[in-house]
Amino acid sequence: MTDNSPIIQIRKVSKRFGKVTAVDDVSLDIMPGEFFVLLGPSGCGKTTLLRMIAGFEVPTEGQILIDGQDMSRVPPNKRPVNMVFQSYAVFPHMSVAENVGYGLKIAGVGRAERDERVREALELVKLGGFEERKPDQMSGGQRQRVALARSLVMRPKVLLLDEPLSALDAKLRAQMQFELADLQEQVGITFVTVTHDQDEALSMACRIAVMNKGDVAQLTTPSDLYEYPANRFVADFVGSVNIFEGKLTVDEPDKAAVDCPGVGRIYLNHGVTGPHGGNVWVALRPEKIYLHVPGHGNAVRAAGQDAPEGHNFARGVITGMSYLGDITLFDIKLDDGATIRVSRPNLSRHDQEVFEWNDRVSMHWRADSPVVLLS
Amino acid sequence: MAEQDWKADKKAFWAVSSVPLLWTLLLFLVPMSFVWLYSFGSNVGLTEIEISGTLDNYKRAIEWLYLSIFLKSFAVAALVTVICLIVGFPIAMALTFASEKWRPWLLLAIMLPFWTNLLIRTYALMIMLGSQGYANKTLGWLWESASWIKALVGMQPFPAWEPVQLLYNNFAVVLGLVYVHLPFMVLPLYAALDRLDKSLIEASLDLGAGHLRTFLKVVMPLAMPGVIAGVMITLIPALGAYLTPDLMGGTDSQMIANVIERQFKRANDWPFGAALSFLLIYAMFILIALQGLRRNKSGEAR
Repeated sequence: MTDNSPIIQIRKVSKRFGKVTAVDDVSLDIMPGEFFVLLGPSGCGKTTLLRMIAGFEVPTEGQILIDGQDMSRVPPNKRPVNMVFQSYAVFPHMSVAENVGYGLKIAGVGRAERDERVREALELVKLGGFEERKPDQMSGGQRQRVALARSLVMRPKVLLLDEPLSALDAKLRAQMQFELADLQEQVGITFVTVTHDQDEALSMACRIAVMNKGDVAQLTTPSDLYEYPANRFVADFVGSVNIFEGKLTVDEPDKAAVDCPGVGRIYLNHGVTGPHGGNVWVALRPEKIYLHVPGHGNAVRAAGQDAPEGHNFARGVITGMSYLGDITLFDIKLDDGATIRVSRPNLSRHDQEVFEWNDRVSMHWRADSPVVLLS
Repeated sequence: MAEQDWKADKKAFWAVSSVPLLWTLLLFLVPMSFVWLYSFGSNVGLTEIEISGTLDNYKRAIEWLYLSIFLKSFAVAALVTVICLIVGFPIAMALTFASEKWRPWLLLAIMLPFWTNLLIRTYALMIMLGSQGYANKTLGWLWESASWIKALVGMQPFPAWEPVQLLYNNFAVVLGLVYVHLPFMVLPLYAALDRLDKSLIEASLDLGAGHLRTFLKVVMPLAMPGVIAGVMITLIPALGAYLTPDLMGGTDSQMIANVIERQFKRANDWPFGAALSFLLIYAMFILIALQGLRRNKSGEAR
């Protein structure tokens, strides 16, 4: 077995519950040592897929291979994977050490080795010294660490995590995102995580599979997912985005243009090889748009005109503002009629350019910022 | 805040609690006190009871004749409880894991006997168990069929079918009591199992445990409060069972409640009946106190 062969192979797997199709003909490979995230809204089939890998659900069609072995007839207690449950599922009637040692005891690991491995696992999740605690004396974050240690101590080939951070408060969640990524690097085990939280997915994953209605909408790295979404669903689900429908009027190797009613003509500095004259969508992230008082922006002053050379340009009126501390969000009604969202970092405490409701503003964005989506 | 206001307002507290307090006092504590006093009395003439403070009734109650019936009642009640637990646990599990669509119907099936008069249920059961009842007819048919098959393959057939005695013995009493008390066991077990986070079971399987070990190490310990509640709620009424042993039992299967009944009615010895009653009540108190002790202990351990 070389390192390049996938640890998990999902081959044409479907799962139907009665008439409801939860997972629809999904094929994907997960590589050893990878931090893989299944991302999607609730009901997209991501948890069902994870539970099929764990063995708690049986695929209606298709095949799942773990480390090259077909898992069709292997029950959950015989699979080389372990799972961290959304509710943590820490046994309330057992101490922390008993919880973590549970699997080892079943595997027939002797007392001395068991104690040693339990201690190591607890050190790993920073719970050293908590051996005798009962779960009801612990916080949610600590219980989750117990669940992590309980799975990691089994040295599984793959660790499955079902919405691991959803029950934690925002601060702890941000901290655990880093810790989980660190931990994964430390132990080198393949992690497969299910989440509906795009921040979580972007911050932890090596690769992300975005799922929608039982299907994989896109599978790629976090930055590609954000910067090069494959379709409207992904663009909209991951991060916030302006999407304008339009007609592809220019499509040459080094430039393209889309006529969007309500916005105007949006230029791109590369070809898109789409259907000429056909319906397409343009996705534009709010932070890629520069906002300034007409004729007064820094870049604009340098260029001596409304927008730097090669930038797209638009004007409008501020119809909504939302101050979030690090950034401010603006909703701007363009002169052509559409509304566009712009985010602007609050770089200094006292902004030179102060924007108020109903102010007229200019916007420009680079010709490589918009993404043309065909579906 | 609301809770404190309510506690601070003594008038509201008394207004709400006076009715139940009065109820308990007039209808339970006062009459029971009389019975308690009677237990220290003796018959004077046919209807008069003199409360003399004698302990004779209690002395007589712990004579072997009566003590043995007490012990036997305990044994029967304990056996009934154990059988209820063994039969009830799978039923409670089935209820817990039944689909949303089926669960209300299964619960209804458990509850249905509750809504039927005990006397009718008992007689209905007796119709089934009689020597000419369907239970015996079915057994007889099976016996004859087996005998016929044996004859067919050339073996000596069984002797002719003799109806088995399914009624008017200890077996009938235990069966009847199990039948009556099963819902009392199933419902608390179901309540406990239903509260159990199903992912705990999955976690156990995920960590390599088989189904049996998962049941013993995870499901059972976590269902323990339900088991204890079920045992108490089955054992106590079974101990005081009256109708079932009276109707379904034989001459040797009377339980303590039947003896007590005879003292109050046929024997017309109220003081002695009162003494027996209070011994039964004390026994139940001890059971409840033991459970309370156990609960306190596990509470401290937390």
